[in-house]
Order: sequence, then C-alpha cells, then structure tokens
Amino acid sequence: MRQLLIFIRKEFLHVFRDRKTLLMLFGLPIAQIVLFGFALSNEIKDSNIALVDYSKDAVTTRLIGKIEASHYFDIRRSLADAQQLQSAFKKGDIKMAVIFPANFGDDLMHTGKATIQVIADASDPNQATTITNYLESIVTDYNSELAADSQQPLQIVPQMQMMYNPELRGAPNFVPGVMALVLMLVCTMMTSVAIVREKELGTMEILLVSPFKPVSIIIAKLMPNLIISVVNLVIILVLSTVFLDLPVKGSVGLLVFCSVLFILTCLSIGLLLSISAKTQQAAMMGSLMGMMLPTMLLTGFLFPIENMPVFLQVLANLVPSRWYFIIIKQVMLKGLGFASIWKETLILCGMCFVLFAISLRNFKIRLQ
Amino acid sequence: MPTVITTDKLTKRFGSFVAASELTFKVDKGEIFGFLGANGAGKTTAMRMLCGLLKPSSGKATIAGFDVYTQTEKIKRNIGYMSQKFSLYDDLTVSENIRFYAGIYGMSLPAIREKTRMLLDELQLQGEAKTLVRQLPLGWKQKLAFSVSIVHDPEIVFLDEPTGGVDPVTRRQFWDLIYAAADKGVTVFVTTHYMDEAEYCNRVSIMVDGVIAALDSPASLKKQFGGASMEDVFYELARKAKRND
Repeated sequence: MRQLLIFIRKEFLHVFRDRKTLLMLFGLPIAQIVLFGFALSNEIKDSNIALVDYSKDAVTTRLIGKIEASHYFDIRRSLADAQQLQSAFKKGDIKMAVIFPANFGDDLMHTGKATIQVIADASDPNQATTITNYLESIVTDYNSELAADSQQPLQIVPQMQMMYNPELRGAPNFVPGVMALVLMLVCTMMTSVAIVREKELGTMEILLVSPFKPVSIIIAKLMPNLIISVVNLVIILVLSTVFLDLPVKGSVGLLVFCSVLFILTCLSIGLLLSISAKTQQAAMMGSLMGMMLPTMLLTGFLFPIENMPVFLQVLANLVPSRWYFIIIKQVMLKGLGFASIWKETLILCGMCFVLFAISLRNFKIRLQ
Repeated sequence: MPTVITTDKLTKRFGSFVAASELTFKVDKGEIFGFLGANGAGKTTAMRMLCGLLKPSSGKATIAGFDVYTQTEKIKRNIGYMSQKFSLYDDLTVSENIRFYAGIYGMSLPAIREKTRMLLDELQLQGEAKTLVRQLPLGWKQKLAFSVSIVHDPEIVFLDEPTGGVDPVTRRQFWDLIYAAADKGVTVFVTTHYMDEAEYCNRVSIMVDGVIAALDSPASLKKQFGGASMEDVFYELARKAKRND
C-alpha cells in the first residue's frame, strides 16, 4: 500500500512539473465554457426588423409598442408599403419583417382571430428561427393579456412554430457536450501518454524488474487523471451553475456517479491506446484522431445522430460519450432519476469493464 | 564463496530463431561477471531471462537461490537492474528519484531518508538533492542511476550496457562505483561492448551467435587465444559469427 502511495505521489509530481500541460488541462474546460457560454452564444440581440402596419389601430399600436420595448429587436423602418421590403432584405438592412394586414383590429374584435405575417431572412436559418421565435413569444404574451382583459376569446395567430427550447438558449445543449468532450480528452490523451512515456524512457523495464505489481502500476498511472477529471467536472458544473444559470436539476450524486463511470471508461481507452502504442507521439495522435473526432461528431451535441446515415448511427453507438451525453441531459437538464437512464448507465458499465479487462490482459508483465 | 547465479542449458527461442542456446555457467557472490558479445549475439536476451523479464524456453536457472520459472517475485526483490536506456525520471529531482525507487521496493521512509543521505554523500551530490535530473551532466546521471539500482541492497545487480555514450574518465569513475558495490558483496552482472571494461571484470563470458564461446578470467582468455588484449580475443571469436545483426 505504501509502495502504491509512493508511486501515485510520483505520478502527481510528473503532472505538476509539466506546467504547460497542467494549464491546458484546467484551462480547456474553462475556455470552452466561456467561449460557448458568452462569445458563441446563439442568443441574438437587437436584430434589425421592419414593421408594416396596414391597419394602424389600437391593437397594432400596442403590439408594436411591445416589440419596440424588447431588447431583441431594433426597429429600423416603419414602412408604408410591403413593396419596399424586398430591397431592404436584399441589402441586408433587415433580418425580419412583420406585417399587420388591414383591418387587423376589427378582425380580431369581430371574429376573435387575426393573423400576422412574419417574413424572416432565412439565409442564416438558425438566426431566422431564433428571431421569429422571439417575436412569437411576444405575441403569445400579448394574447394572454388580451384574454385577461376581455370576456371574448381573442387570439392573434403568428404563422410560426416553436422549434427549440422556449428561451432559445444555447447553454443547455453545449454544457453536456463540453463535459463529455473535456473528460474524454483529458482521460484518454493524458493516460495514453503516461504509460508510453515510461516505455520510451526505459523506466518501464525497471518497474517490471521491481517487485511492484503491474496492476498497481496501472492504478498509480490512472489516479492523477481520475482526480484531475473530477476537479474538471466540478469546475464545469460550478461555471455552468453560476455563470450560465444552468443548475443541475436532477440528483448531483447520480450525475457524479455517472461521470466517474464515464471517466473510468475513458481512462480504460487511454490505457488500451497506451499499451498498444510504441511512441508517445503515436499515442497522442491515436487519441486525438481516434477519440477527438468521433467524440465531436458522434456524440450528438453538434449534429443530431437521428439524422445520420445508418452506418454512422451504428458507429455512434460505440462512442461512450454518446451515452454519457444522454445521461447528463436527462439528469442535469430534465432532472430525471436513475429509472430513465439505467440503460445508458448499463452500456457504459459494460464498455468500461470490457475495455479495462482487455487493457489489463495486454499489459505485459514480461517484455515480449 | 557461495554461488548466486546458476544456469543449466538455459535456452530462449523466438519461433525457430534460437536467441540464446544452452547457456550454462555459475557466478559467485561478490564477483564482477562480464557478459560480452556483438550486437545480436544474445546478451540482452540472456540477461532478461535472468531478471524475470523473459520466460526461458527450456533449461534451468536459479538467481539468489530462486527459480526463474516459479519464483520470479522473490527474484525481483533480490536484484537490481539498470538498462542501457537511461532510467531515471528527468522531470523529478535527484532525491525524488531516489525516494521513488527505494519506495517501490518497500523501504520505510526513515530508511529511505538515511539511504538518500548516504548515497548523496558517496556521489558527492549533496548540493544537488533538489536539482532536476534533467539538469545533471550525463556522467552524473549514469552514476546516480547505478546507485539507485542498488538502493535496496540487492544481492545481484544486472547492468545492461550501462556506460553507453560516456567518456573514458567517467567510465572509469563508474567502475569505481561498481568495485565499491562488489566489495560490499553485491554480485555484478554486466554486459558491455567496451573491451577496456572487459578487462575490469573478474571473469568474462563471450557470446557468439547465441552460445557462450568462451568463459574465463581476462588473463586466462588472453593466454588461451594468444591475444595481447581482450580486443584481440573478442575479435578472434566474433569474426566466426554467422549471424549478422
């Protein structure tokens, strides 16, 4: 036991001596959270829009007032004629146009229903969806005010559909993605390098000649990465709770348990890479090309897996982060319990066990 | 003198290739036993079998009284090993390296502290305890690596071409350390291809094509093969080799 502690201590010394890597390990999650959370936010403010009001009655005036008050929109023009819209769109002066047809207020009062026409510049589809959704929420808001004021059922219908989360925030999607990515990267890459380095240095032979048990070598090698990963996990969760207003809705204990399971799975992958690789460089490239790309593409946080060709969907099933991503979304965002994620957890358990068993078996006590 | 290494027809085959064939020899306690041979002659294979890094294909061997097939764990506790590849961690300090290697052999912390102090005194590295190994000159590193390989007071130390790339003066100093260890009763098993080093050994075995072609003291070998130096003896034997590396 004391031998193991001395070994683990040594592994930590390696980590702390390598300041650049250490900075990267902790800087990466923070940088990604900040980047995705603030700089790359898909929240759009002050979009230029045009209003065309053919009706000019009390209802449209109030609704326009509400749109003006919103910080999402900057009303560039109040056009008299819809003909001018075309050129305004072409020049890129406006992102969206809102048109109130003639007799809008009368229609609403008499038939209980009125329609607004909304045209958005869809050359950037994401932006178009986002700003039309902002508008819709303003109209929905106004509808409920009307309902409260009047006995008649009154309804203004915008011709749009809500497509993403109601507030259209990007954070709910990328925080789980960043967690999966960062943990995968730290665990796989750092571990794969750790063992190959000893082989390259020639120190592995010394270790194998010593009475130190191979399984203890593995444990000692994994320990610092496990702890660094857990610290990273805590950093990400604190950042997302404090700065992104995205608290863990479900059980924190369950989230941590599943994360540690995922971390162990990734460590096993790193171990396997390390045992198979001949040089540090090969191990590094293997974990970058072999792990980073599939994790980015097949986890489901950048591109939805359901829309992929079948063979990619099958391939995605082999990527551990795909399952972890589902687990965190369920637990962190939706606040669901173990009952809803037992299948994914079981899959991760299986992967972890199989990978670790293969690594352990291939870790040679005797050099060839 | 008690015998600490005994081998009887020890053989290692890789497929149809016989890397080491029927090695039979004995090494006494406190002896400096040189293991010579051209590259590919089978020295490293032989040494690895003795260290428990490689399972022999056939034959018998005991190291410090323990069997190489069944008692490798006990062998490991009683041997030290230094390979031709440099084997200290250069991002750790001198004392951290000593503590680590002593630690994995299960030495207690007070014993490690005492040993570290002694070792630094011996090497006159007292001022460098907190220096990263990376910053030491190669000769010092190698002397340190040797001292570390016997930090747990093993019965036998295996040195696999320990002085590669070192200048003759440092090599001489390195051998002073080896003599000091042998005087304390540590048996030294050393492979080399520097012929001046062969002269320093008590006995020398010369491997050619996986078999031991000659085994005796340097003086007797020179007489036997009629050479003025070990260089002549080695050349005489090695040129008969059929394997080329």
